[in-house]
Amino acid sequence: MSDIVHRRSPVLNMVIWGLVLVWIVAAGFPFLWTLWGSFKVQGDFFSKADWTNAITGARTQIETGAAFTGKGYYGAWVTQEFWRAVLNTMLIVVSVVIISLTLGTLGGYALARSGKKYAFYLLMLALVFRAMPHITLVSGYLLPFFEWNLWGHLPTTIIVMVAINQPFTLWMLHSFFLNIPKDLDESAMVDGCTRFQAFRHVIVPVMWPGVVTTGLFSFLLAYNDFTVTATLLSQANQTMVPKIASFLGTTQTEGNVMFAVAAVVSATAPLFVLILFFQRQIVSGLTAGAVKG
Amino acid sequence: MFLKTITAAGAFALLGSTAMAGCGITAGNVSILSNDFPAIQAVTAAASACAGDGVTVETNLTKDHKDIMVAALTANPAQYSSVIVSNSTLVTLMNDGLVRPIDDLVAKHGAALNKSQLITVNGKVMAVAFMANAQHLFTRTDVLAEAGVEGVPATYEDVLAAAEKVRAAGLMEYPVALNTKAGWNLAEEFVNMYMGTGADFFKAGTAEASVNNKNGVATLEMLKSLVAYSNPDYLTYDSNATQAEWEAGNLAMATMWGTRGGAVLDDEGSTAEVVAGTLLSAAPTWGNGARPASTLWWDGIGISTNISDEDAEATFIAMMNGITTEVVKANNDAAVWLVEGYTPSPASAGVSGTAAGGAAPYPMVPFMGALHTALGAEITDFLQGTESAQQALADVEAAYTAAAKEQGFLK
Amino acid sequence: MKNRTFFWFILPSLITMVLFIALPIVSVALQSLHIEHEAVMVEVENCGPFGCKQELQVDVEETAKLKKERPLGQFNGLGTYTNRNHLAVAEIGEAWQSSNGFADFISKALNLPFYRALAFTLTYTFVVTPLVLIFGFMIALGVNTLPKRIKGPTIFISLLPMIVTPLIGALILFWMIDANGVIGSTLQWIFDDPDLSLKASPTLTWIMLMVYGVWHSAPFAFIVFYAGLQTVPSDTMEAAMIDGASRWERTRYVVLPHLMPLTVFISLIQLMDNFRVLEPIISFSAQASATSLSWIIYNDLVGTESQFFGSAGATSVLTILGVAILLIPVLIRTWRDFNQKVV
Repeated sequence: MSDIVHRRSPVLNMVIWGLVLVWIVAAGFPFLWTLWGSFKVQGDFFSKADWTNAITGARTQIETGAAFTGKGYYGAWVTQEFWRAVLNTMLIVVSVVIISLTLGTLGGYALARSGKKYAFYLLMLALVFRAMPHITLVSGYLLPFFEWNLWGHLPTTIIVMVAINQPFTLWMLHSFFLNIPKDLDESAMVDGCTRFQAFRHVIVPVMWPGVVTTGLFSFLLAYNDFTVTATLLSQANQTMVPKIASFLGTTQTEGNVMFAVAAVVSATAPLFVLILFFQRQIVSGLTAGAVKG
Repeated sequence: MFLKTITAAGAFALLGSTAMAGCGITAGNVSILSNDFPAIQAVTAAASACAGDGVTVETNLTKDHKDIMVAALTANPAQYSSVIVSNSTLVTLMNDGLVRPIDDLVAKHGAALNKSQLITVNGKVMAVAFMANAQHLFTRTDVLAEAGVEGVPATYEDVLAAAEKVRAAGLMEYPVALNTKAGWNLAEEFVNMYMGTGADFFKAGTAEASVNNKNGVATLEMLKSLVAYSNPDYLTYDSNATQAEWEAGNLAMATMWGTRGGAVLDDEGSTAEVVAGTLLSAAPTWGNGARPASTLWWDGIGISTNISDEDAEATFIAMMNGITTEVVKANNDAAVWLVEGYTPSPASAGVSGTAAGGAAPYPMVPFMGALHTALGAEITDFLQGTESAQQALADVEAAYTAAAKEQGFLK
Repeated sequence: MKNRTFFWFILPSLITMVLFIALPIVSVALQSLHIEHEAVMVEVENCGPFGCKQELQVDVEETAKLKKERPLGQFNGLGTYTNRNHLAVAEIGEAWQSSNGFADFISKALNLPFYRALAFTLTYTFVVTPLVLIFGFMIALGVNTLPKRIKGPTIFISLLPMIVTPLIGALILFWMIDANGVIGSTLQWIFDDPDLSLKASPTLTWIMLMVYGVWHSAPFAFIVFYAGLQTVPSDTMEAAMIDGASRWERTRYVVLPHLMPLTVFISLIQLMDNFRVLEPIISFSAQASATSLSWIIYNDLVGTESQFFGSAGATSVLTILGVAILLIPVLIRTWRDFNQKVV
């Protein structure tokens, strides 16, 4: 499509890029502000007296003697052992993404290719499942999980998150599979492949843009989830978000709030790498020439 | 505050290794579920020092403790052998028989306890309290003096008069703050204020609410006059926000929790001027009431029903180790301790004053939670001026009645 | 596809959904038809640090006996659904009788928690969903034309509103929009009104919540559309260009139809998620001005001394029904596509 770009009029280019720029500012500003503020003390970051303190660091200078301080990061990572939560999060996130996508691609493919009425009803049912508010679900799990001693463990949380996210994954992958021409796998089956072989050898190589995008959402769900992780994990197995919440506590202790802010900034860094990688994946899926209408 | 917590934790670690024998537990599993604030962190840290040699101590300090506690203790064996309870949560657990009477354990291992620490229901000890809390008045004496107000307001009428003077003097546009965030906080303010009238929330001997009366209307009117001097955002003010406003020097009078006293009076987060001018005093009275308009709360230790007697004993001993005189001395300003060895300080003057003034404890009746929830959701309409006080209170009673029926308290 | 093959492909996914979603839904629905046993109360003396008082308590043993006989509680039929805290059938009927005029009736209905929540929920859903689609599509088109080198960072920044955990994201935004905060002060300066406060007025609170909703969800639509744009068949595009189709025509007749399944998908997910709006209400402490159905459930279950499972169950079932009704148009469309495409 690069040749199309060249033929665009400069005016249109300006408009489009202007729009993107406005969006980038809207999307990035709060984060940039947080990044800057994470090197201040709480009195500046949540300054009630004067918001410009957050930029100049007036109280930071008074309390620490410099305009920037690494106290938030030190407190979060060293004193409060935030890395434990990071490890737990990695475990949960990787497992959830892999299991969700494995179950989801199989199911989504079947739904996209079935053509039977029951496949449609199943999709509808999955949608209804998805409508259930998470808090009600999670409160429902509590008693049985405590009874059977399943509460507090990482695997329980992983499987619950996979299940909760399954309707979404199924729908999304189903939509993507609909975009992959049927002839592709059906011609393979004419050549003597079983359905699974056709899926494995013909569909899997071309499904990555859809899978990567779906994976990204599974990832974000597991990464950012609070309702499930906060309720179903014991303190020893805490992931990042509940850990950050615990920095805040019921009473926001002076100083601890900045642990939370520093932790949030730290938690966002790995995502940057991930998304750069993910972006290349989508494009490589395209250049492989896999999807031809 | 931050440094203080760290050094305190370090001190416990040392204490723990030497005081191990003092714990005197040979075996057992101790697991504690509780809210998450500095005083409780100190207690659970000290209790954790009993771990080792066949004894395990696990803790889960979370602000979401209320959401999991019933399920966690209903399971058999219970997930937690102890829960740090308060007036309101103890009742919830007792409704389902999830905490056990601990008279025998108190007799055996509770020699150091004050009699007043024991929470007894129908003659049986159900919990051991270790700290008290209440909302009371914080005053900026320097600002009031500048506005020409003498002394500390003793009644809410005085508060209103002082607020008017501060505003008229051009010192502050919004000198007053209460924890008026819609929901639990606002309902708690209503409860506090209503308590000041001396009236009851329910018809005697029944679960029928009776707040739609002249006391209820007067309470709402008083709240409305007070929030007229509050920042227009008052319906979003929880205690964290109020404290931040206070430390920023934007307030002259506020009702805040006693546990905030230590943080407000320390040297972090605020200017020397604000700290020097801040005075903590008893919750004001109002109308013709004699009782300070506040509710007294305690936090204490409850022991689960669904655990073995050995674990219960181990837990009780560990928890006793969490509330020793040493712990209290090391964290004197973190709370108003009910434990021997506590030295009253300026940070605790408000809670002590409120208690001494004869404020009532938060009602320990099983259906109070439902009324509290109904209050939090329904009285905002009145404060925002879209509804009359009678209508708002009628809504409260209607919402409460529907909820209480679902819970089997009303037919 | 053969039924057998289909079954084996879908089985793993089905098992997790049945176990962790379908069964809980059934149990919640069952629970919503019951209320708790009538509590047996006794008056006892409660003593503590602040003195003694005669108060009512639940007689645990007596109540436990009742529970043992019927663990679910008393059967109440649809009683919970029709009571004042939910559909409020009696109250609505009375309001209809007693009100003088339609406006009066509406204001009486909006005084009931369920209808008040429904009003906000529906407004939010129908304002935010289309805006998310439009913004997402425009951003995707825009980012797609960027030079390759800056695409990666742009995508990253675009995703930030969705990535930064809402817990903290909202805490920071909540401070920013404070009258003393950076956005709040800027708005006061722009509108030249020193008393402007986003948190104080119900109207502004609604607008603020919806702006946040669009800001938070636009990245979702953006990234799905962006991925979809990568698969637009380039030969069709080129053919259209050779035929002399303008940029607008190409977007309208090639790109949009190609993205239709994704648009349907995003609308479905967004309708659903917006109908269940909860997080911004909590984070912005907006419940005095705006409540949603999910907020009612939250209020029943979280942070209270006594959890109302039956009540929460009833509201949950009503939410599911609401979502189902909302989705009917989209579903009909999917049904048509389904029959056309596959058969």
